[in-house]
Amino acid sequence: MDLEIYLLYVILPILSLSGLLVFIRFLKGPSIADRVISLDLLIIIGLGTIAISSILANQATYLDVAMVVALIGFLSTVAFSYYLEKRQRND
Amino acid sequence: MIDIIIMIFCTVGALAILLAAIGVLRMPDVYMRLSVTTKAATMGIGLLLVGAAFHFSDVGVTSRVIAIIFFTTVTAPVSAYLIVRAAYFIKAELWQHSIVDELNGMYDKKSHILSSTDLPDERASHRTDDGEEIEEVK
Repeated sequence: MDLEIYLLYVILPILSLSGLLVFIRFLKGPSIADRVISLDLLIIIGLGTIAISSILANQATYLDVAMVVALIGFLSTVAFSYYLEKRQRND
Repeated sequence: MIDIIIMIFCTVGALAILLAAIGVLRMPDVYMRLSVTTKAATMGIGLLLVGAAFHFSDVGVTSRVIAIIFFTTVTAPVSAYLIVRAAYFIKAELWQHSIVDELNGMYDKKSHILSSTDLPDERASHRTDDGEEIEEVK
């Protein structure tokens, strides 16, 4: 089996299906911590999609984008948790 | 040959991410969802990036991939700890079949400092206070 066809028709649909499942939790999530967690997982799924598409397009430069996205995901989670805790303390 | 290695790594990584997504959707509790996210998704993204490193088989790309894997592996527990601490302070509900909440009454309500374990009397009084409050809410 060809590698490109396998990645395009098996791996990418699995990743997009998992993104859809996480997005359902993002919409449903009872508390705001659930939404932050599912946003973190969505960013990680985006990282995986970037890695797969760097193989498909044969461009190693995409991995730099993956590094920046990983940084931004970590910083966004830290900022969200900081402000959640601070908002609760002010109330 | 190298295509088969890439296929195996990408398949296992994508299945790990799919398991993490199913777990986030199905688990009953914030804390259980968080444990699923940190472990399975970190492993999945690591395996996908290793597949990319095998495809390019270049020193620069491999070092970049190792940097990304190291970064995600180091930062996932930190962000998980921070968000679960915030979720505990905004009183996210435990699962109804959870047996014990060992942190109940251990945090100071104003300053959010974890009380030290060598003050047994104070801790016991905090714990009874919180128990009464929870019963009133129910």
